[in-house]
Amino acid sequence: MGDNPSRSENASAGDLGVTARHARGAGTGVSPSSFEEPPFGGGGALPKKTRFGMEAGFRGLSVAAGAMVLVIIVAIAVFLISKAVPAIRADNENFLTFNQWFPNETEPRFGIAVLAFGTVLTSIIALLVAVPIALGIALFLSHYAPKRLATPLGFIIDLLAAVPSVVFGLWGRDVFLEPVRNFSAWLNEYFGWIPIFGGDGPFGRSVLLGSLVLAIMVLPIVTSLSREVFLQTPTMNEEAALALGATKWEMVRTSVIPYGKPGVIAAVMLGLGRALGETIALALTLGIVFNISFNVIENGGNSIAANIANAFGEANETGRGALIASGLVLFAITLVVNMAARAIIYRRREFRDSAA
Amino acid sequence: MSLLERESSDVVMTPDNIRTKRMSVVVNLGIAVAALAIAAAVVYGFGIGNYVLVVVLGVVFYLAGLQIVAGRIEGNRAARDRMVKALIYAACVLAILPLASVVWTLVSKGVGRLDGDFFGSSMNNIGARDPEGGAYHAIIGTLEQVGIATLMAVPLGVLGAIYLVEYGRGKFATTVRFFVDVMTGIPSIVAGLFILSFWVLIVSPWFNNGTPRFSGFAASLALTVLMLPTIVRSTEEMLRLVPGPLREGAYALGVPQWKTIVKVVIPTALPGIVTGVMLAVARAAGETAPVLLVAGGAASINFDPFAGGQQSLSLFVYQQAGDASRYAPARAWTAALTLVAIVLVLTVAAKLLARRNSLSK
Repeated sequence: MGDNPSRSENASAGDLGVTARHARGAGTGVSPSSFEEPPFGGGGALPKKTRFGMEAGFRGLSVAAGAMVLVIIVAIAVFLISKAVPAIRADNENFLTFNQWFPNETEPRFGIAVLAFGTVLTSIIALLVAVPIALGIALFLSHYAPKRLATPLGFIIDLLAAVPSVVFGLWGRDVFLEPVRNFSAWLNEYFGWIPIFGGDGPFGRSVLLGSLVLAIMVLPIVTSLSREVFLQTPTMNEEAALALGATKWEMVRTSVIPYGKPGVIAAVMLGLGRALGETIALALTLGIVFNISFNVIENGGNSIAANIANAFGEANETGRGALIASGLVLFAITLVVNMAARAIIYRRREFRDSAA
Repeated sequence: MSLLERESSDVVMTPDNIRTKRMSVVVNLGIAVAALAIAAAVVYGFGIGNYVLVVVLGVVFYLAGLQIVAGRIEGNRAARDRMVKALIYAACVLAILPLASVVWTLVSKGVGRLDGDFFGSSMNNIGARDPEGGAYHAIIGTLEQVGIATLMAVPLGVLGAIYLVEYGRGKFATTVRFFVDVMTGIPSIVAGLFILSFWVLIVSPWFNNGTPRFSGFAASLALTVLMLPTIVRSTEEMLRLVPGPLREGAYALGVPQWKTIVKVVIPTALPGIVTGVMLAVARAAGETAPVLLVAGGAASINFDPFAGGQQSLSLFVYQQAGDASRYAPARAWTAALTLVAIVLVLTVAAKLLARRNSLSK
């Protein structure tokens, strides 16, 4: 060994600077080892922690990649605001309350009221339809179906999530329109005295059609998240309920649902986030009319995202700015909804690692 | 009449009534048939609807009948149990119906233009009266845009996941993880608007003598924004599944941490990472909204993603859907079929790969 003392004489031999997390470097002050002249034998061959080595470089790269996510989110806000503010300045009406959209005229007049209303209305109806069905399927997959059936059915639901939204939009416009039109006419005939089913047509390309297509698209996300949550119910809780003589439904009601409640709420909010931001399917199915109306079966309806897709083609500079401003509102709404949903998931540690 | 009431009313414990009585399948089927029959009689008798209403009313009557009959035989609690079960099965059938309809329409309408011309030509010089025209340019566009987006998103996403799993400690890492999750929920149209205001309107004029320029690359950037959180999330999950002893073994051999990650952790988790990437690619290939805003959507073939407008398959579907030509719907459906085929092949391959992955089992 000669002049190089063995590392094992050093009390901190196990504490070598292999990982950057350890504060003390490899045998600081004891070993004369360096990169140029590696010492002989023993642990002394371990490289010293260097300031600008591969380790620091790789670590720096990965931190930068992680920080990139935050940078992107901030950048989205900054750039949208930078383009939206000039357009809103040029607006001759109140951006939040005016209910028409003429941003391309020499005296631009536009407001987000109709669009925001339509976005919220279609999303809420879609959720009202989708959530009970999604929870039913999630329970079926987690507790009712035999395993041979649950696996392929879960697979099919996942495939449903993979179908592009433009395909649903096309299907909604070319195929689903007809049954919805008949259904709307039927509703109007027998339930026309309820204001939301009133009016005298034409029916079809309505809030109802858009919402139903949206419901089909929201279904898989709510289903797969709720299923994960339901599957995580402790077996002990379920067996305790069954041992007390509960029927299957009572077991589900008393042990599975209370346990999964925060997860289900989060799943619904994630579904809401997706419904709010859906663009192409609504652009193809809604009637695109600028008025605030609760009538769900007459041609009409509009949403922020669908309006962006529809109006982008003929937008001039102010028009683009106006669309970006409406996108900014959409971004803010979905950001709040998503953050709330994630905050709920994060409070329950066991949900965090499975909920994608 | 509940179980308790029955027991209290002087029932002798014979082997017959120690066990709860069960409703037989025949009775169950009987209720179903009766419910349908009554529903049909009501609907056609009053003339208030067609077979759809018969089925819907039939289900309602069946549930009511089940509650009454099962309540008599088995008690209220068991009847409730049966009703919920029936509802849950109904929900499943209800969800399968639209999917079946979508698949059926896709295939039946999509095969109309499934010919060589469709895959070999673009929409250049195709007027409203021309039945020809194809999606060659759109397929090129989709492949290039998604390919570039993957090249950008995969290194970033995997490195980000490595940070979260291997290096990230404390508040900053928690914040990053939280916002990765939040970012998965950003609407695609917002990502498109972001790239529109950032790249197309602000950066691209620098390279193009001051005028904004739509390009396939801008679409790739938007798709990157959408793919990044998905890849980070799935990779992170996979890296967490790599057993700790593998890392410790490498450290014990004196391997530095970065090398442990590159040579031990990543190869172990690779099948899972690839699965996640494929799912992200499938999702990105189907995105229409961001491409609509930033790619320009040209009708001719353009191999250069950096200059000039480019088409994409999903955007092609949307444009043909809005086209007034009577040949446009056929093109739209065939393009949709192609798009779904690409997406589904990727998704199914990813799922099969995941099934063979030993880590996630």
